[in-house]
Amino acid sequence: MPLYYDDDQAMLRDSASAFMKTEAPTTHFREFRDRNCSDGFSHDLWKQFAEMGFSGMLIPEDQGGLGMGHVEAGIVLEEIGRNLSPSPFLTTSVIGVEALKAADAATRGKWLPGIIAGETVIGIAVDEGAKHRPEQIAMTAERSGNGFRLTGKKQFVVQGAAADLLIVAARTAGAPGETDGLTLFAVDKDAAHLSMEAARLVDSSMGAHVNFDGVEVDADAVIGDVDNGWAVLTRMLDAGRIGAASEAIGVGAAAMDMTVDYLKQRKQFGRLIGEFQALQHRAAHLYAEMEVARAAVLKAQQLLDAGDPKAELMIAVAKAKAGQAVSLAVKEGVQMHGGIGMTDEYDIGLYMKRDRALAEFLGDANFHADRVARLQGY
Amino acid sequence: MSDLETFRAETRVWLEANCPPEMREPVRDETDACWGGRNPTYKSPAQKLWMDRMAEKGWTVPDWPKPYGGGGLSPAESKILREEMAKLGCRSPLSSFGIWMLGPALLKFGTEAQKIHYLNQIAKGEIRWCQGYSEPGSGSDLVSLQTFGEDKGDHWIVNGQKIWTSYADKADWIFCLVRTDKHDKYKGISFLLFDMATPGVTTKPIKLISGNSPFCETFFDNVPVPKDQIVGELNRGWDVAKYLLGHEREMISGAGNAPVGSLGALHKELMAQDPLLRAEMAKLDVDTLAFRAMGEKFIDEMKAGKGHPAQPNMMKYFGTELNKRRAELVMAAGGSDALEWESDGSGGGAKPRQWLRTKANSIEGGTSEVMLNVIAKRILDLPGA
Ligand SMILES: Cc1cc2nc3c(=O)[nH]c(=O)nc-3n(C[C@H](O)[C@H](O)[C@H](O)COP(=O)(O)OP(=O)(O)OC[C@H]3O[C@@H](n4cnc5c(N)ncnc54)[C@H](O)[C@@H]3O)c2cc1C
Repeated sequence: MPLYYDDDQAMLRDSASAFMKTEAPTTHFREFRDRNCSDGFSHDLWKQFAEMGFSGMLIPEDQGGLGMGHVEAGIVLEEIGRNLSPSPFLTTSVIGVEALKAADAATRGKWLPGIIAGETVIGIAVDEGAKHRPEQIAMTAERSGNGFRLTGKKQFVVQGAAADLLIVAARTAGAPGETDGLTLFAVDKDAAHLSMEAARLVDSSMGAHVNFDGVEVDADAVIGDVDNGWAVLTRMLDAGRIGAASEAIGVGAAAMDMTVDYLKQRKQFGRLIGEFQALQHRAAHLYAEMEVARAAVLKAQQLLDAGDPKAELMIAVAKAKAGQAVSLAVKEGVQMHGGIGMTDEYDIGLYMKRDRALAEFLGDANFHADRVARLQGY
Repeated sequence: MSDLETFRAETRVWLEANCPPEMREPVRDETDACWGGRNPTYKSPAQKLWMDRMAEKGWTVPDWPKPYGGGGLSPAESKILREEMAKLGCRSPLSSFGIWMLGPALLKFGTEAQKIHYLNQIAKGEIRWCQGYSEPGSGSDLVSLQTFGEDKGDHWIVNGQKIWTSYADKADWIFCLVRTDKHDKYKGISFLLFDMATPGVTTKPIKLISGNSPFCETFFDNVPVPKDQIVGELNRGWDVAKYLLGHEREMISGAGNAPVGSLGALHKELMAQDPLLRAEMAKLDVDTLAFRAMGEKFIDEMKAGKGHPAQPNMMKYFGTELNKRRAELVMAAGGSDALEWESDGSGGGAKPRQWLRTKANSIEGGTSEVMLNVIAKRILDLPGA
């Protein structure tokens, strides 16, 4: 398979691009931010995602979705990144759907139709500390009656406050640090003894702290196998990691385009600043970094869609590389804009903030470089 | 099975049967590769056998047309051949400036007679070529070159000096940039081909910091060159030269044959003791694997006519800087063992010599700074670059 978009994928990109540009450009993002909306996104827009076929794109066709792959989801995410379009697409349609693929028919039947219709929102409750360390999960799920009782705290639950369903990773056995003993649960947001504190993040997206104070769930809330949740958890997280990398590529690409345009407009010392070789070389270096990051992301998505076992390594490569390259793009972007880059009125700063959140989400560049080393055996 | 699957299966069987075991070991350095030529030196009978077998199928240049000695493979088939060769660890059967540089330029600018004649020789490894571009006063600013060809009716008489001419002392022929009009800087250069055995051509090897002498000063003293040995039009050699540089930069970038293994994985004990070095190794692995994906994407896009025409400059910049970084880490991981110039600690000096050799990667074929200039101007369209 060649490493570029085929005709159908190129068409999808064009329609996703046109859609985000008209329905959810940065002005739309600002409107929701300035309104201090507690959900952080427009439910009407989420319905429009459904009309476009985006919200259920990863759901198999026989379950009402479009049966597309991660290359396609990445195409939509890149356009989301470019336009800073606030939506629950990544947590719901990519990560949540990946988790639900491992759930039983009843659970899927309960949640998938709402996702396809753009009504349901999913929050992902994995992290417990400030850094993403899934094997360190300490939250417990003790057997109780015919089900489990969940006790512990989660944080950085993106779209948590707006979520209808939480996908929760908890420990049914073993100790923090072990990958054995973890189990994945589908937990209704309205469950008793579950409380939530929304937190606005630096990029104006909404995270949440979730407190599980003995939340009772039935046995059929379990996704996959009890105690052996690591594999399905990793699959779900990897879907989210490569999705976040795609969104980051969109953020970086927009920041770079904006910056290169600015170099062609702004004059100092009687010249366009883009004539200064010091800036040209930094822009050209950034271009190379972004190209390589983009290639890594697409390669990882193709491997993932092909069910290739090398996908895991390549996803770690892609998240690490995108994290590093996009962070360079937004930092260089602000610097090369000079004072105006520090103003709220100019968009470049918004991209820097969005990158900061995406970089941290599901493991930063160091986390994934470390994972690459481990997967290579050192 | 689809046609491509059949092709893959047949290719694998053929490679298994025909690639000698010695030719499945990685190439250690430039002297370990097969370069062909009029007076070839083979390191082993297996090396010759492998080249002959591949040349017979046209697979020294799989995607060149068959009449020119190629395999006539489609982009998808060549990709399969590359992948299957990589799986078995098959070496490239022939290293050649003819394949990497001159061939693509002839395919685009050569006459039919030139293509039939020169391309077949290249594909079979019969003639070894060298590149006469740089001069003492003209490196990055190549277009200022002074070597002059005086028009003598049915031939030119060439006088001047080239420098840094890789393997000039071993090459049979040279592709050479020669000024044929002193009044027009860009439109006064012609792209000439001539035999290094022509009277008036002399070479003088230059010793490098690695201790090897792979390149030379090359002198032309009244060298006659017949008029049919020009590629492209008179005075339009700069177009040919630039086109060729794109292919040269692609080759130097290592796209398609970037290192496969993880360096950190070779030094597990050290990695456990030295967390800062481990972190650098991890980042090297990230960039290496990401760049391999980039190499694959670059080749796929070029073959499909989708890539930006100036993209080889980005590839060369990234690939050579990465290769230098890798060699630095080979030295860091090797510690004082890697300092040994001749003895066993460093594989008979392979490590330090290779480390020194990589420093040329970001100079030869256009420096990293020049690559960044070209990206800025041609891809980012920045002003006055
Ligand atoms: C191992 C090796 C093999 C080679 N093989 C061949 C060969 O086979 N045939 C051949 O013709 N040549 C060959 N070369 C020559 C090579 O192409 C030149 O060395 C190269 O183009 C640089 O030219 P220079 O050495 O004159 O350096 P210069 O052009 O003098 O550069 C010196 C420094 O100035 C910088 N610089 C120059 N101009 C600019 C600018 N506009 N902006 C920013 N920085 C700039 C350069 O980047 C460099 O850092 C080879 C070189 C090496 C090292």
